[in-house]
Amino acid sequence: MKNIPQKVIHQYLRHQKKFPHVWCAGCGNGIILGDLLRAIYNLGIKKDNIAMVSGIGCSSRMPVYVDFNTLHTTHGRAIAFATGLKFAKPEMHVIVITGDGDAAAIGGNHLIHAARRNIDLTIIIINNSIYGMTGGQYSPTTPTGKKATTAPYGSIEPTFDLCELSRCAGASFVARSTAYHTIETRKIFEKAILKKGCSVIEVISQCPVVYGRLNNITSPVKMLEWQRDNTIPVSAISKLPAEKIKGKIVRGIIHDVDKPEFTEEYDKLVKQFEKQSDNYKNNTKNNS
Amino acid sequence: MLKKSKLHGEFFMQGDIACAEGAIAAGCRFFGGYPITPASEIAERMSYRLPMLDGVFVQFEDEIASITSILGASWAGMKSMTATSGPGWSLMNENIGLGMMMETPCVLINVQRGSPSTGLPTSWGQSDMMQAKWGSHGDYGSISLCPKSPQEFFDLTIVAFNYSEKYRLPVFILTDAIVGHMTEKVIIPPVDELEIIERKYTTKKPGEYLPYKVEKDMVPDFAKAGDGYRYHTTGLTHDERGYPVMTEECQWKCVPRLVEKITKNADNIILLEERDVEDADVVVVAYGITARTVVPAIEAAKKKGIKVGLLRLITVWPFPEKRIKELAQKVKGFVVPELNLGQIVLEVERCSAKYVTTKSITHPGGGIHKIENIVKAIEKVAYE
Repeated sequence: MKNIPQKVIHQYLRHQKKFPHVWCAGCGNGIILGDLLRAIYNLGIKKDNIAMVSGIGCSSRMPVYVDFNTLHTTHGRAIAFATGLKFAKPEMHVIVITGDGDAAAIGGNHLIHAARRNIDLTIIIINNSIYGMTGGQYSPTTPTGKKATTAPYGSIEPTFDLCELSRCAGASFVARSTAYHTIETRKIFEKAILKKGCSVIEVISQCPVVYGRLNNITSPVKMLEWQRDNTIPVSAISKLPAEKIKGKIVRGIIHDVDKPEFTEEYDKLVKQFEKQSDNYKNNTKNNS
Repeated sequence: MLKKSKLHGEFFMQGDIACAEGAIAAGCRFFGGYPITPASEIAERMSYRLPMLDGVFVQFEDEIASITSILGASWAGMKSMTATSGPGWSLMNENIGLGMMMETPCVLINVQRGSPSTGLPTSWGQSDMMQAKWGSHGDYGSISLCPKSPQEFFDLTIVAFNYSEKYRLPVFILTDAIVGHMTEKVIIPPVDELEIIERKYTTKKPGEYLPYKVEKDMVPDFAKAGDGYRYHTTGLTHDERGYPVMTEECQWKCVPRLVEKITKNADNIILLEERDVEDADVVVVAYGITARTVVPAIEAAKKKGIKVGLLRLITVWPFPEKRIKELAQKVKGFVVPELNLGQIVLEVERCSAKYVTTKSITHPGGGIHKIENIVKAIEKVAYE
């Protein structure tokens, strides 16, 4: 493990881009971006070999600030865009940055199908439980009972478990972390980027300005503490008594298996034809 | 099993398959699609052909993913295409806009059927002519080509790729279930006899390159994602660097150019076929399959002594307004038969209203115009 220098993220930021960024004070997006940049630094991947594709939403504004190949697409469609890009440049590490609304509502279909195909994308879902950019409407991960501008009496809808969804759909690597657990998040990112296959990482984040205000938790610190106190590592589940696990969110690497990856399987198909045409060429040579 | 990776020779070939072969000849190596009648044969052919050409075929979960994936493939330098029909086209509209805003070369095929909604899936229509121009929100230049036969479907697919590469935008082919499903002779020339245009790749070094800086031709130079340029691209209003700038000034710089790069090059984009137009009193303006089904009507009118010509729009968008305006000052009027309830006729009227009358002959699709209706309309314009 390399010793990560303090200002390592500076070498990945686009200094010609006008800062400050669009995110509110207390937002988790910057923390998670820092984790990701440290992971990339640790892995020693060249900037040219990283493509960052995003959809629409607060977290999806991330790519513009970083010095990679960055493509900011439409709401929910980053995974579909990234699939085309990955096929055209299979050697590139393609990282999708998306949010709970972007990935689980409008883009839910693309998420489950990317997982089913097990295409080699690193899909980072920053889950802040709300549509922040549009001002606080409820998302598929807004906890039941919590308020949003479109759920003034509290949401009555059940929520998606994004990790369970991705695992069941077929992703070969599924993990969950939080904005609070920065070192864990970085380590998960490192594993996910290296994983050959579809990696889905849900990072629970805080939106103090919109979600917090609507639900009477105005301090980002309190929201980070909530992440600390309400999650348990996956490794602790077997060790802790049932009452300590109840109601807690599991974090860590939830699922990690090796299975055929889509672009590699496609490559095998193409190679069959290469062999056939080589045989064909050889046969014609022998005949002449 | 096809032994040759690239075909050439004479074939008895279905329109949809000719389209797929045209795409392959043009260098298309990524196809993202979703099944829909009457366009599925294009996807089927591509799924059969692309693996043998080191190309990629993916059947996606919907048309939205199909269009978005081809944009992604194009940004990494692969020529890419999708094909659909009316309902799928409606779903693609948002990301057609993304392609326009990001200036992404790619080709979209619309094998039109009877509409609206599910309409007539197995039958034909020309229902999406206006949707191709105005379907996605906002203003953008649009190029749409209308083949009348499998041969032309092959030829125009190559032209569509060339235009998309040259002007950097999604280019559309608007055909219909008749042309898509009809089988006719198709001649495929050897690849080295075809004119294939590639997008203008930047000669600048990383660091000097700006993804949206344009010179006189109004089309920015391209750099592949992953080739060391590390730029940003977005569907947001952006500056020359590709960075979002939410100002009125930037909107002015960004958006009108998307229209003007097409309108100012219209003369180089517009393809027309004219038959007996020069001395005509009446001009029938038609496109696609309709330009074939009206021929007997034109012949019948000629037998009655009417000077009638046919102006076939091979390029529908950008609309050939210059030619229509020229003709409008010479002829008694226009007759516009379409397999919709009057779409392109609005453009003909817009360009000719000052001078002459235009008669729209509508048809909702699923059949063809009755010859006598067209003859009557020609007579009316000629004698009234």
